[in-house]
Amino acid sequence: MSEQLKVPTMAQLMAEGKQPEVLFWVGCAGSFDDRAKKITKAFVKLLNRANVNFAVLGTEESCTGDPAKRAGNEFLFQMQAVTNIEVLNAYEIKTVVTTCPHCFNTLKNEYPSLGGSYTVMHHTQFLKNLLDEGRLSIEGGQFKGKRITFHDPCYLGRANNVYEAPRDLIRKLDAELVEMKSCKSRGLCCGAGGAQMFKDAEPGNKEVNIERTEQALETQPEIIAAGCPFCNTMMTDGVKNKEKEGQIKVMDVAELIANAQDL
Amino acid sequence: MQYLPNILFAIALILGLGYFGINVKKLIRNIKLGQDVDVSDDKNQRFNNMARIALGQSKMVVRPIAGLMHIIVYVGFVIINLEVLEIIIDGLLGTHRIFLGVLGKSLYGIFIASFEALAVLVLFAVIVFWLRRNIIKLKRFMSAEMKGWPENDGNIILYFEVILMCLFLTMNATDLPFQEMNSGNLVSQFIAPWFSGFTEGTIHIIERSAWWLHIIGILIFLNYLYFSKHLHILLAFPNTYFGKLKPKGELNNLESVTAEVKLMMDPDADPFAAPANPDTIPAKFGASDVTDLNWVQLLNAYTCTECGRCTSECPANQTGKKLSPRKIMMDTRDRLEEIGKNIDANGGTFKDDGKQLLNDYITPEELWACTSCNACVEACPVSIDPLSIIIDMRRYLVMEQSAAPMELNNMMTNVENNGAPWPYNQMDRLNWANEN
Repeated sequence: MSEQLKVPTMAQLMAEGKQPEVLFWVGCAGSFDDRAKKITKAFVKLLNRANVNFAVLGTEESCTGDPAKRAGNEFLFQMQAVTNIEVLNAYEIKTVVTTCPHCFNTLKNEYPSLGGSYTVMHHTQFLKNLLDEGRLSIEGGQFKGKRITFHDPCYLGRANNVYEAPRDLIRKLDAELVEMKSCKSRGLCCGAGGAQMFKDAEPGNKEVNIERTEQALETQPEIIAAGCPFCNTMMTDGVKNKEKEGQIKVMDVAELIANAQDL
Repeated sequence: MQYLPNILFAIALILGLGYFGINVKKLIRNIKLGQDVDVSDDKNQRFNNMARIALGQSKMVVRPIAGLMHIIVYVGFVIINLEVLEIIIDGLLGTHRIFLGVLGKSLYGIFIASFEALAVLVLFAVIVFWLRRNIIKLKRFMSAEMKGWPENDGNIILYFEVILMCLFLTMNATDLPFQEMNSGNLVSQFIAPWFSGFTEGTIHIIERSAWWLHIIGILIFLNYLYFSKHLHILLAFPNTYFGKLKPKGELNNLESVTAEVKLMMDPDADPFAAPANPDTIPAKFGASDVTDLNWVQLLNAYTCTECGRCTSECPANQTGKKLSPRKIMMDTRDRLEEIGKNIDANGGTFKDDGKQLLNDYITPEELWACTSCNACVEACPVSIDPLSIIIDMRRYLVMEQSAAPMELNNMMTNVENNGAPWPYNQMDRLNWANEN
């Protein structure tokens, strides 16, 4: 850790009379989960490096309500949504970026009809834009020539048709991007979606994350790249289950880019 | 007496179309048992989807072998059915091959030759389909929900198609003037010699029999549709038209809940106020029976042809869980049919039968196995959305019955109290920024 992260909150900026260009919606996993916090910090390092004028809600952020909605609790979802929308609208937020595809999907698609309309981006889309605008440069560094396979998060890919932004970023690392047999629109779920993350699976003959990890291992990757904190957990567990954690790392696309530049 | 065949033909046609019409009316009535839903938006996009997905078969070719074979059968049936038009006119007017006079020998020959070629291709594809179901035994045709009638239904359709194609070719092969004309008998010229040992009279009887059996077979097949999974040949068109336009990840926000939430959040709301419409029954949250679903979901159920692409892509099903998106659709249709028959048997009104879609057909275990990944929705070649039914039934379980799995109740309690699915304090949300 070279330098201190600069993480302004909306409350601070408001007090200074400033408005950020984008709000970074950190999400529950990114705020609390030890593994996901590393993704959050990697993304912030990239935002700092590119001098992006951003802010977080900090303690004013709350669950988007996604897991409640997928579990069938529409009441709780809408309570969360309406509360969050009040906060976002009070700060006059226009653009939101998030490292969680579940937050991304909910904010982008399910908040507008409840009064919260924002331009919402997944962090891979945002980083791709920074790259295209010349605000961020990507170099291969330690990942040059490495075999990397990308696991499509359902809520980024099938749910919202974002397949290329994360792949474009991986290619920029001069890495060898290899595809699993089920990828893009036919990508297999990691097993965490629809609130499954928070419960045991129903009886079956296998865990979904093991099935998906086996597909990933077939590509003989050195790194399994992910774009979702929950997929990250599921794939990491899968790799551990296969006792491959010594050889194969599961990393978020933001971590790949940040680590390549030794940030 | 010379008009007897014409009269018999007209009677057969009226009976065949009439009975089909009665069942179509039933079908529409059953679909309308669903809740209303507004699908009047973006007609251009909807027509586009119908043209691309149903007419253009765009999603079939995701699986190339099955896709190509299906396109052959689909094109074959659409085009060969032009021949049915000629048969109907001939049958009613007592003419023979009326299009020959209209189109002229060479053009008519081209038409019939293309029909004959397609008939052979259809036969080939249908045999491949039969082998996939009965000899190769592809996994998706062997699931638990395919046992019994669904398995037989699949095969009966294939036998129908084999018989109809064979009758069509036989009809042409035994039509002596047509064979003598030697234009358009691309395939049938090789079948004609099989009958060379018969007298001219016998061959004529065979030709007439094949002609009659062909048209009667088509009428029977038409009427079989309603009782079969094969309705998709008609319903794929409206179903793709009314299919979801929004991003797959977007679930609808229940308006009945929004009203309650807005009231709860409104500081000026009077908690003791009398309800505006005291006589109205409060909306039921979610779905426990098919009549709680919307009519597009019910149309989805009738459109499903049980191909099982959804189930074979489902992560829960692939890992041995009970959930099968195809079964969700089949159960929805079976329950809807049961309600329809109940209405028919009770003079037009539904008599409570003590059953519902939830538990009697679909178990909570199936519903809770879903990861909401949309693989089933993506896989469906005709825009069916099994996920929406799963979510609506989860909504009923959670909001009407408080019957979520315990761990999910913990998660929801955490969201409610801490603003996160885990028991962390919301005041600690930014701690990561200062941790190393």
